[in-house]
Amino acid sequence: MTTLFLITAVVILASAMMVVTSRNLVHAALWLVSTLFGVAVLYAILNAGFLAVVQVVVYIGAIAILFIFAVMLTRREMRDTGPGLNKNWWVSALVSLLIFGGLAYLLSSWNGFSRTSAALPSGFDAVSALGNALISPDAYVLPFEVASVLLVAALVGAVYIAFNRK
Amino acid sequence: MIPISWYLILSAALFSIGLFGVLARRNAIAILLGVELMLNAVNINLVAFWRYLDPVQMTGQVFAIIVFAVAAAEVAVGLALVISVYRNRKTVVADELDLMKW
Repeated sequence: MTTLFLITAVVILASAMMVVTSRNLVHAALWLVSTLFGVAVLYAILNAGFLAVVQVVVYIGAIAILFIFAVMLTRREMRDTGPGLNKNWWVSALVSLLIFGGLAYLLSSWNGFSRTSAALPSGFDAVSALGNALISPDAYVLPFEVASVLLVAALVGAVYIAFNRK
Repeated sequence: MIPISWYLILSAALFSIGLFGVLARRNAIAILLGVELMLNAVNINLVAFWRYLDPVQMTGQVFAIIVFAVAAAEVAVGLALVISVYRNRKTVVADELDLMKW
């Protein structure tokens, strides 16, 4: 399990670096697919099988493909690019490193920092518990419906914005 | 067993890489790619806390699913804006979109 985690972590971080540094945006989108797949493997290691499947179907199947479509629809611009990063990129790198250091310091001062996971209770079915939590009125049915309405509104808005009026 | 600290450090690193992408890239689509990396880092944290703190309560997974929905909405609207801007201005480089700059 530990080896699997370490391999996945290396894949995630290396392909995330390629996402933010590669100049060709189609390559960046394909590296994003590799990162998202690594995150799906992490969900599977964490016993969240449903989320691993949703990650593959929604993120890789829909969002990454949407990115590739958008890159291809705006491709003419990419032929005459200058550098992929703006000229103050080192300030951004410094800010990111500071944020990482601050987060690591903050997390390491938490007293549960090195706790390990307890075994799941025997007979516990995470998928059916998640389904019950999403539709039960005492749990999360209201946030679930709000998320659905948000998604519909956002998609209608996206169609309206991108619609080509002649 | 893997301690929770490994997941937290991994997701902090992924968040910082995504932040670098958002701040440093010139192309608007690449900025949205950085936002996706940051949202994934948040999701790793949520699922790791669900598994390590109280797996019988499904709060962490429900939050992760809502983050999925918000990410899909964000990407749809963001890419629609980029395509609309490209149609009007013939550019997707963020430096050149300075119409509202004083």
